[in-house]
Amino acid sequence: MKNDNTVRFTPKNYVVTAVLLAIVTAALAAAPYWLGRADLRLAGEIMLYISLATLWNLLAGYAGLVSVGQQAYVGLGGYMLFAFTIFIGVPPILAIPIAGVIGALLAIPVAFLVFRLRGAYFAIGTWVIAEVFRLSFAQISALGGGSGTSIPASIVKSMAETRAARESLSYWLAFGLAAFIILFVYLYLRSSKGLALTAIRDNELAASSLGIDIWKTKFFTYVVSAALTSMVGALIFLQKLRISPDAAFSVNDWTAFVIFIVVIGGIGTIEGPIIGAIIFFALRETLADLGTGYLITLGVVAIIIMLKAPNGIWGILRDRFDISFFPLLYRVENQKQDR
Amino acid sequence: MSDEFVTITNLDAHYGDFQALYGVDMHIDRGEVVAVIGANGAGKSTLLRSISGLMPNGSGQIKFKDADISGLRADEIAHLGLALVPEGRQLFPSLSVEENLIIGGRLQRPGPWNLESVYALFPILAERRNSPSTALSGGQQQMVAIGRALMANPDLIMFDEISLGLAPIVIGEIYSAIPDVIGQGVSAIIVEQDISKALSISSRVYCLQEGRVALEGNSDTITREAISQAYFGV
Repeated sequence: MKNDNTVRFTPKNYVVTAVLLAIVTAALAAAPYWLGRADLRLAGEIMLYISLATLWNLLAGYAGLVSVGQQAYVGLGGYMLFAFTIFIGVPPILAIPIAGVIGALLAIPVAFLVFRLRGAYFAIGTWVIAEVFRLSFAQISALGGGSGTSIPASIVKSMAETRAARESLSYWLAFGLAAFIILFVYLYLRSSKGLALTAIRDNELAASSLGIDIWKTKFFTYVVSAALTSMVGALIFLQKLRISPDAAFSVNDWTAFVIFIVVIGGIGTIEGPIIGAIIFFALRETLADLGTGYLITLGVVAIIIMLKAPNGIWGILRDRFDISFFPLLYRVENQKQDR
Repeated sequence: MSDEFVTITNLDAHYGDFQALYGVDMHIDRGEVVAVIGANGAGKSTLLRSISGLMPNGSGQIKFKDADISGLRADEIAHLGLALVPEGRQLFPSLSVEENLIIGGRLQRPGPWNLESVYALFPILAERRNSPSTALSGGQQQMVAIGRALMANPDLIMFDEISLGLAPIVIGEIYSAIPDVIGQGVSAIIVEQDISKALSISSRVYCLQEGRVALEGNSDTITREAISQAYFGV
């Protein structure tokens, strides 16, 4: 019988995508050697947004947790980096994982609070929590209160001697973290826990009657993504060198743009946030001179994509070219021979 | 009574203001197969949802192996060895046949059922193990749903309208597998529209009518007249 004609990925496809992926990864790792200063900075920023979008996508696209408050962890991570480097003298690179641990620890009580809410109420609740974070950090005068603070030059210089070396290091950190986060999410979704998460997304009632603890699965996902988002936040403000409550907990910068990226790229896929981030930056770089017109264009693009292609740009590409760089879905092999 | 495996006492169930079950009393003994029949909207599925923990219950209303499970969440009840084959199959569309089965086996309760024994019960599933669950026929999907419940090695398995929407020949195929399932010492509750199918496979039968138990009896001695009276309430 020719029934068994579907597989995770065809071997040919697997080799092609693996080679492509290796080439792209190598080229990106070597970016400091072939990109100019401004472009390298931009590339680093894209990597950070890919990280944020991948994590938001894990929450919203896989765990069904539509948070509008992930800026809470971006800001927290940024402030923790500043606090640990300035007050305790921790080297900046070590302060990044510390920020992640603190993000996870704070996410635990926050989850107990916001997990009582569902759907739109959950979204609003997370936003309110982020505002509480912003107002709290604005009260800490040691960190500059409402006007913020900067990292002392000595700490910056401790990372690397020359400016070029610092910029390369900063890019590699962003690139490394983005690669780590994508790999982590991919492996997580293919693990037994990820299988449970997918089952919950597909059918919550059936999942719970099969013994999957929905609360615990979502809780774990939320805490892990909070930890990683805090690490991204620490890195973001290590590049900016300056932090203030409004910048750190900006709902526009760290959540609205991120949602835009995930939605136009394709929610619920691993490739979507990557494609979305590239499109977002392409739009930003070409339309930035338009001022308000730029934001209007973003809005129009988002609306058109949501109406015409609910699976995002990656959904269109995947359907047309039958490709997958991070195979989680099934694809039909030798369909034609059967007919 | 230690023989009673599941004891349901004075069970009520509500959907908002609508009351679906009124003081249902019921018991299932160890190793017994009980059929629950009744017209549409009689409360059959609600009964299974209550037992599975998918509906909130009052305390003391449902006992399983002498423990009160009325207040437990669905996943906690599943851990105790209760499995539901839900109406409409409710497979996970993003997952393959095998992944659907693996999800059922995540509880890792000891027992005879594993991927191999499920594939032995339904050989077609072994052939289609890597297919997305949505690519299967209705009957094959029902086999996945049954296999997925079995993978948890339950002590009590509940079948909700497993013949719904399937061709008669497929229904026969699925029902012929049921004795193999129950033969392993598992108790079962079978909710079924097809009364003759339900009676042929069970030892006792309950008939629900508008949320109340209208009739209870042994499947082989109960009369057609009694059933149609309890079924339609005429």
